[in-house]
Amino acid sequence: MSSLQGELQPSAPEKLVLRGVGKGFPTQEGTVRALDRIDLQVAEGEFVVIVGPSGCGKSTLLSLVAGLDRADEGEILADGVPVTGPGRDRMIMFQEAALFPWRDALGNVEFGLELKPGLDRRARAEVAAFFLRLVGLERFRHSWVHELSGGMKQRVALARSLAANPRVLLMDEPFAALDAMTREQLYGDLERIWSERRKTILFVTHNVREAVCLADRVLLMTPHPGRVQEGFPIDLPRPRDINSPELAARAGAITRALRTALEPATRDGMP
Amino acid sequence: MRRRVLARLVFVSALVALWQAAWTAGLWSEVLLPPPGRVALWLGRSLADGTLAGATLVTLRRLVLGYAAGLALGLPLGMLTTRFRPFHETVGLLLLGVQSLPSVCWVPLAMLWFGQTETAMLFVVLMGTVGSIALAMDQGIRSVPPIYVRAARTMGSKGLHTWLRVIVPASLPLVLSGMKQGWAFAWRSLMAAEIFVTILTGLGLGHLLHYGRELHAMDQVIGVILVIVLVGVSFDRLIFAPAERALHRRWGTGRIE
Ligand SMILES: Nc1ncnc2c1ncn2[C@@H]1O[C@H](COP(=O)(O)OP(=O)(O)OP(=O)(O)O)[C@@H](O)[C@H]1O
Ligand SMILES: [Mg+2]
Repeated sequence: MSSLQGELQPSAPEKLVLRGVGKGFPTQEGTVRALDRIDLQVAEGEFVVIVGPSGCGKSTLLSLVAGLDRADEGEILADGVPVTGPGRDRMIMFQEAALFPWRDALGNVEFGLELKPGLDRRARAEVAAFFLRLVGLERFRHSWVHELSGGMKQRVALARSLAANPRVLLMDEPFAALDAMTREQLYGDLERIWSERRKTILFVTHNVREAVCLADRVLLMTPHPGRVQEGFPIDLPRPRDINSPELAARAGAITRALRTALEPATRDGMP
Repeated sequence: MRRRVLARLVFVSALVALWQAAWTAGLWSEVLLPPPGRVALWLGRSLADGTLAGATLVTLRRLVLGYAAGLALGLPLGMLTTRFRPFHETVGLLLLGVQSLPSVCWVPLAMLWFGQTETAMLFVVLMGTVGSIALAMDQGIRSVPPIYVRAARTMGSKGLHTWLRVIVPASLPLVLSGMKQGWAFAWRSLMAAEIFVTILTGLGLGHLLHYGRELHAMDQVIGVILVIVLVGVSFDRLIFAPAERALHRRWGTGRIE
């Protein structure tokens, strides 16, 4: 499909398309194949979760889709157009919150809005405050970053990503460092935002239960070289309870599949 | 707050008392160590006839001018050395050399080039400052976590915007400490220049110190040293300390307990 056709198609069903994507990193012991022949399609409005052991190339994949790094081979299309650099239609949330310490919470959320044309200072502050309220942190708008807890930082980062109003959210283990309670609360928030605002989400995690709780489709990734294995559609009704037996059963099946996939070359353990 | 002031007052009084006691005991000759009272008397007299205020102003003007020139030259130079590799390998090395040279070494050169002029003063201060400021800027920018720049880029920031809104603010903690060091170097350089370069366009604190030595007026020598210390401490307290506090508040640093 050429990019022109992609534009003309009334509702391009595939929001993201990766075809034959490969990426290597040169190191002292030769090139590490972080990603190898990745084929992947994410539909508009779909919630796709990638699970895989540490070092299998999940973060690398997200930075490629975000346009922060370039693939060595293959192509990545967003809305049918090749990705050549970062774009505000695709917002990435990093593994660490990456907030700016010289700005308060509100200022951090405002950052992305400052580059949006046609928003004056007042409007910017209002939009930023709206998104802080959305993640439940309006009371902390004037807190400095170091005054926020880890979970609050992640929520500010989420507000910052959402404020730019991207169509696609790329989330790299955003909740890994949080306690179970905060995490469950954020699952709810994220699910609500996703369904209300029709985002397309590509989400990375180590946690298979988390994957099943959030995903329309779970993808397995295996390392050395980084490959995407089979996908598991999750058709459980939403909202889901991460502690429900159905969910646990699905997670169990995926964990077993992952173990089988890893058997020939087990290096890093899964949690 | 009150307790801190009190503690300091007690400490300074104790030092003065010790000094007075040393004088009373006659450990050193009167010429080498005058009593605190005589130094205070000299300070009072020079304050009254305007010598001290005049000299302080002349010195401060040179200091501010030279330091500003050092910043104006050093900060962009530091940015250039981080931005362009060939620049880093050449000019960066030169800056390192300049920074490692004790600034008093510039005095003979400045006197031969510029004569006994304000330009010579400015030159010495500038050369004493620019290296450390440029290197601090370079260091500061190099230690900015790349994740900040990546985060900014996904939000649409690039080029000059990334520089001004991300890299420069992120480098501030290191740059500020470099600026403080640069200021200390400027202050030292200026005193060296004033002590060695006698000029007619304005008598600074360094000159008062120099003439105090020539006249064997120990009360003047000690008095001027006290004023120089006071100027240094005030700058730190009035300009750098508030800026550091502001950064510490944002970054959540500066508390060890
Ligand atoms: N900048 C880099 N330079 C060299 N090697 C890299 C670089 N970034 C990633 N790699 C390598 O690429 C592979 C994939 O890394 P990546 O960070 O994508 O893994 P990950 O799946 O996100 O792991 P984790 O779950 O621990 O975050 C690893 O083997 C890593 O060593
Ligand atoms: Mg990762």
